[in-house]
Amino acid sequence: MNIMDTEKVKTDIEKALGSVALKSIRSSLLIENAQDLPKVAKFLKEDAAYRLDYLSSVTASDFIEYLETVYHLYSMEKKTGPVTLRVRVPRTDPKIPSLVSLYRGAEFQERDNFDLFGIVYEGHPDLRRIMMWEGFEGFPMRKDYLQEDSETLESADVEWLEKNGVKVPEAAKAKAAELRQQGKRALAERRVEDKG
Amino acid sequence: MNKIFEAKDINLAGINSSLLEVNIGPQHPSTHGVFRMNAVLDGEVIVSLKPVMGYLHRNHEQIAENMSYAASMPYTDRLDYFNSMSNNLGYALSVEKLAGLEVPERAEYIRVIMAELTRLINHIAVIGFLLNDLGAFFTPVLYAFREREKILDIFEEISGSRMMCNYLRFGGVKRDLSPAILERIRGVVTAFPRFLEEFETLLTKNEILCMRCQNVGVLSPELAVNASITGPLLRASGVNYDIRKVDGYSVYPRFQFKVPLGPKGDVYDRYYVRILEMRESLKILDQALSTIPAGEIMSKKMIPFLKSPRNFKPPVGEAYARVEAPKGELGFYVVSDGTPQPWRYHVRAPSFINLTILEDMCLGQKVADAIIILGSVDIVLGEVDR
Amino acid sequence: MALAPNTSQVDDGLKNELAKKGIVVTTMNQLYNWGRRSSIWPMQFGLACCAIEMIATACARYDIARFGAELFRPSPRQADLMIVAGTVTKKMAPQVVRLYNQMAEPKYVITMGACSIAGGPFIDGYNVLRGIDRYIPVDVHLPGCPPRPEALLYGLMELQKKIDGQQIETAEWYQQGLKREYPIPEFGPHGLIPKFNPEVWQPRENDLRKERYGQPIMIGKKSKAPNLDVVAVAAAPRPAAPAPTPPPTPGIA
Repeated sequence: MNIMDTEKVKTDIEKALGSVALKSIRSSLLIENAQDLPKVAKFLKEDAAYRLDYLSSVTASDFIEYLETVYHLYSMEKKTGPVTLRVRVPRTDPKIPSLVSLYRGAEFQERDNFDLFGIVYEGHPDLRRIMMWEGFEGFPMRKDYLQEDSETLESADVEWLEKNGVKVPEAAKAKAAELRQQGKRALAERRVEDKG
Repeated sequence: MNKIFEAKDINLAGINSSLLEVNIGPQHPSTHGVFRMNAVLDGEVIVSLKPVMGYLHRNHEQIAENMSYAASMPYTDRLDYFNSMSNNLGYALSVEKLAGLEVPERAEYIRVIMAELTRLINHIAVIGFLLNDLGAFFTPVLYAFREREKILDIFEEISGSRMMCNYLRFGGVKRDLSPAILERIRGVVTAFPRFLEEFETLLTKNEILCMRCQNVGVLSPELAVNASITGPLLRASGVNYDIRKVDGYSVYPRFQFKVPLGPKGDVYDRYYVRILEMRESLKILDQALSTIPAGEIMSKKMIPFLKSPRNFKPPVGEAYARVEAPKGELGFYVVSDGTPQPWRYHVRAPSFINLTILEDMCLGQKVADAIIILGSVDIVLGEVDR
Repeated sequence: MALAPNTSQVDDGLKNELAKKGIVVTTMNQLYNWGRRSSIWPMQFGLACCAIEMIATACARYDIARFGAELFRPSPRQADLMIVAGTVTKKMAPQVVRLYNQMAEPKYVITMGACSIAGGPFIDGYNVLRGIDRYIPVDVHLPGCPPRPEALLYGLMELQKKIDGQQIETAEWYQQGLKREYPIPEFGPHGLIPKFNPEVWQPRENDLRKERYGQPIMIGKKSKAPNLDVVAVAAAPRPAAPAPTPPPTPGIA
């Protein structure tokens, strides 16, 4: 397999597309403006020298200050690769243009990332939750996701159980009422961060 | 079909006709686990089919991000639970790339032997289940599992567990193979072709199999490449892309083997490509068993961490490594932040991405064919949903 | 109408003697239970890894047919036994409970594997149900990850023992007012509602996991992201750094 030289890829893209701001990070290319992603991907896919026709992996990560998506591109025709593209978006407004029109292989992976990280891929034909159910709140793979405590009943549970004719122990009821009064959810205890 | 829950009335050219929505799964004998398909039928022809997954989403990635690197190894067994060894290999490669570890030659050979044995297990079971879907109820699976048990016995002897081997370590493998066990592997490898002949005599030119499988679920090579399809599914469509050849990871470049390609990309080609791949795997096994060198099985750098795996801290960085797992390209993307736990751990699961084109293959086919098309895609829900 | 107690008055020695002559003396209970336990039809219902071992048990080598339980039925209406083989996720749990409700009496449940007992290795996951016994009653718990086929056979034998011990007159599914349908949980914003059914299962008084490991959950303890932009050493890969934290560990050779 030919390992591609990131610097050469960078200069080639800059030569062809001009205005794209790129930065190389650890043998990958960071596209500074997320909106440039389809342009770059289209160039890499269609340019005769690269022909990166195979999108191997679309990975989202949460880096707390920003959310990131990493694309690993290979060429099935030339048997070369990978060229790694990164896109970083702010946590408050995570919007990245979708690559589904270029690579069908991104379809489920982008849905997966949308489901677990909450990154919105603009232009995706069917952006819905894929792993979790509709109506699930929050994005569970983000680092600040608060997981429910599965041992403590909350008031919604108690109401539901009583509606269905199940007897709820008094202690559990009292605990649920207390939580409701405080306006809290029953959350799983988190481990404190390891020092050092 | 589990239940018919809705029928939408539409008017087709003056004839009163209606589309039928059929929900297949998640508890259905032909969905290979807890997979669900929402199909819309016009008579018996599929006009739309939406895969629904997540019923086995057991948060492998989240759990792996909260434990040490070595502790994720047993979890990778449970990704694609037919092929624990090749999953181990993918993960070990990515962490070795991250930490810059060298693997001793003997360990590389052992890894190749194990990966190819899992390929045999996987392909034989897939063909068994595919025939199950075709209506040959359970008899082919009995044949397949008879052979599978022989290989599982070897796995049990070397790793202590039948299915969840957890045998590979970063920088090597857990235990050495004794000459006796190598002899047993050789015994299995020499006996396997006879079984394949038997299987093929019953199946390959079987008229029912040909009628049901040929020209069903055709996948064009262009769409296959565009949709990131990998593995036997891609090669059945005639695209020559095998990561063992392309990346040449481990010691695969030393072995002579061919990459079988299918002419058409229908269900029959996928069946036959898998049979041929098993023959190639046997060739690799044969060469590896006769040329396996003596020596270390563990990288010296990693020996201290065998006893204290929680102290293993790869340097800050990221690595993406991929292997040709029996179902396709299995990739692991690991980001290290210099602590004993990875910051990000992502699995590029082949059967998850191979499902992208399920609808395209099924459109215009009969509903019974959708079942065998799904069978030929070869999914394992542990990997689809992770 | 009061039923006569269905107990055998014949003593065991006499029974054995008669058996030698080809005469079998038995009670209705024994005969009935013998028939029931020798034709348990499990539901063909695999969730995850354990399902493969369940299939292996049904195949030639382990041959669950020796126990009369080889007829896997895809429909819950025809099944006597539900083998919950694999991780039950929160997304799947309502379906499992629904399938249980659809089974005809008498019905039994075997949880196969650590996941369906209590979440197993995946217990910390946000989408993993910590044991199906939170919603439905379970007859046999079968530990292992996955249990070997022999273990499944043993679990089946234990279930047969349980069936042997049941009486026709007192069996619960012949009683009036039997409630063996459990409410099906619903999807909520953070998990299932309810989290468990207190009629079937209640949390332990003392959290054994917390006692043993200190903290009950290992999720979300990092708050500082690595800075990948800074490359310490140029592209060349370096060996792993030795661990500086106590207790002192052997360094790298």
